[in-house]
Parts: sequence; structure tokens; C-alpha cells
Amino acid sequence: MPEDPNPRYLTPEYGSSVLRAPSQPLVMPKLGPDAIELTSPVFGAGELGALDNDLTLQHAGAPLGERIIVTGRVLDSDGRPVPNTLVEVWQANASGRYAHGADQHPAPLDPNFTGAGRCLTDADGRYRFVTIKPGAYPWRNHPNAWRPAHIHFSVFGAAFTQRLVTQMYFPGDPLFPYDPIYNSVPEFARERMISRFDMDTTEPEWALGYQWDIVLRGADATPMEG
Amino acid sequence: MTETAHPAPGATPSQTVGPFFAIGLPYDDGPRVAPAWRPDAIRLRGRVTDGEGEPVPDALIEIMQADGAGAVPRSPGALNREAGDFSGFGRSGTDADGGYRFSTVRPGPVNDGAPYIAMLIFARGLLKPVATRVYFPDSERSNAADPVLSAVPEDRRHTMLAERVADGEYRFDIRLQGEDETVFLAV
Repeated sequence: MPEDPNPRYLTPEYGSSVLRAPSQPLVMPKLGPDAIELTSPVFGAGELGALDNDLTLQHAGAPLGERIIVTGRVLDSDGRPVPNTLVEVWQANASGRYAHGADQHPAPLDPNFTGAGRCLTDADGRYRFVTIKPGAYPWRNHPNAWRPAHIHFSVFGAAFTQRLVTQMYFPGDPLFPYDPIYNSVPEFARERMISRFDMDTTEPEWALGYQWDIVLRGADATPMEG
Repeated sequence: MTETAHPAPGATPSQTVGPFFAIGLPYDDGPRVAPAWRPDAIRLRGRVTDGEGEPVPDALIEIMQADGAGAVPRSPGALNREAGDFSGFGRSGTDADGGYRFSTVRPGPVNDGAPYIAMLIFARGLLKPVATRVYFPDSERSNAADPVLSAVPEDRRHTMLAERVADGEYRFDIRLQGEDETVFLAV
């Protein structure tokens, strides 16, 4: 069985985990996950809007910041593509501010950027978003705490047990060594969260391209540990 | 072992949903797994609290379930109920008091097991989701025979049982940590 790449629930360096991490061991069903847990919701193409995967076209004007293309494949644990699965993203704007009332960072909002998108993977498991490179932003976890720039990803897969919410980072971010959320992942798996700059995805006179594949765990192979 | 051209890729690790998922994840039909006007509709509601009993106002609850006949849903319509039939999937954020609510149907039993609703809870502070099952208090016989419930220490089983608070209305609270902590599953 491969080593568990996931963080532990209790990660004291990440202050919010201290009162929210379960303290009891998880209970493992003897027979493994059951029929319902091995099912995933089905999404039809007609349920999504035409502009849902282009975060730069959702308002009257163009958002400020560096336009980027983020694309990659959703794969299962055997490396097979997962087609027709829902991929959702949300992120801060180029200044590092979320369009959310609770975000107190004194950086400007962008009236042309909400920062949320979604799409279905194609037959090859590929997703693709056009967006703005998000900015780094401060938070109050510890003195002078800053999150490295990231895009939040939510992916379904073929089973409820494969459900994954994670964050995609950008190569070479100087904030990696200081971020307790990035470092909550065991060292051997951290780079799996970093996208790769890709000149072939980059479109001339238009946008830089990043590639990032998302690999889901086996549907019933690797139970979560505490 | 079967031969593969490439080694199996390593799984992408989980990261917290963070405090600002509300700009992207909640959607209108998320809490309406089945419309409330259906004669067999039930309400499922509850609160999420932390290790000090304080409400968790930034949690996201997702459920997956069989339909009333115990059939595992395979129809689209998970995002837009008008686009399809019962999809079995629901999503609700929590409010300032940690509260969530779904309108759905009571699931039928799948493969002779006790009926249940599979539930995932995401939140700021949870670096990966917690998973549990919502069982129903008025299915005593099938609950007693259920292989998952019976594997849970007896004094904690009640944390996986919804409470029937009225006709067609069930309450299921989630205590992430501490006293009476909800049983979470390694699935």
C-alpha cells in the first residue's frame, strides 16, 4: 500500500486544526466502503454555464492581473483518466483578496473578478480554466503569516470516497517554507501540489500556461489515517 | 502484479477547504436533494461544533444517499435538479450558528443493510474531510445488524443516529472533537 500523502488532522502549526481535528481514532468498516460510498454524483454538461470555466469573462470588464491558463488531467490511482467529473475552483484576485465578506485583507477588490469557476473533465480526463494568477495574502495564523499563491480545487472522481479538496500552488514560491498548510503534507508528497509552467500551454500574446494533474486515491484502497 | 507502462502516479494530497469556499462551492439546489413538496420528503438538519462546543460557521456538508427504494442513483442533476432526476447528492454550507439543513427523502436499504446517508464534512481547520454516516433511529432491527454500526463502540453509536424531532424531520449534530465526539469513519 502506498504511503498516505495526506496531512494529519491535528497539525498544531495550523492553529485552526487544534479545536477541529477529531481526537478519537477513525473507525474502519470491516467490509470497506459500501455501495453508496462507492458512488459519485453524476453531472450533466447542461447543468454548467458556458462561461463557468473562464474566470476572466464573468463580468463586464477584464479583471486586473496576469492572465493564465490552468489545465491538466484528473487521473485515478492507476493513472487512468477520469472523464465527465466535476472540477470546481475558487481563488483570491491578483491582489490577494477574496470576494468574500469575511476577508479582511486591506487589498483592493476587483469588480471584474469573482474568482470561482467549474468545468467537467473531457473524455481524456482533462480540465481547463482561464483565470488570473492569484496573489499571496496575509492571515493571522502566526506573526507575519502569508499564504503562498494558490487556487483551491474540488474534484469528485468516480466514488464518494475519492472526493478531494486541495490547493494548487505555483512553482518556485518563496513562501513554501513558511506555510503550515502546505507543510502539513508529508514532505514526499508536497511537490504533487505544485503546478508546472508549460510553454506549450502558454498562448502567444495572450496568457501563460500551467499544467497540473490531479491523482485521486483508489476508491477503497487507502483509508484515511488520523 | 499486472504490467504497466508507467508506475502508478502518487495521489494528490488533501488541503483544507479554507474560510472562503462560499464564493465557489455552495449552489442553490445544493440543500434540495429532493423538493420539500414531495410527500415522502424529509428534513435533515443539525449543527457543527468544535472541541469547545462552539459553532463552526464555515463548514461544508456533503451527503450522498440512495433513493427511497434503496436504489443507488445514477442520474445527472446533481447541480441543477431541473436537469434530471434524484441524484442522491446534496451540499450545504453552515450558517453563523453552525447550522445546516437538507430537504431529501429517507433512503431505503441498499443490499439489505441499514439505511443511511453518507456524509462528508469539510471546514477551515480540517486539512482533510471527516466522513460519517447518518443512520435512522426508527430502523432498530437493521441498525442492530449493520456491520459498521456494530463495529463502533457501543457508547459512541448514538453519535451516528439522527434524532427524530418531528414527523419527517431529523436532527443530526456533528461534534468534531471532544465530549460526545461524532464517530468518523476511515473510508
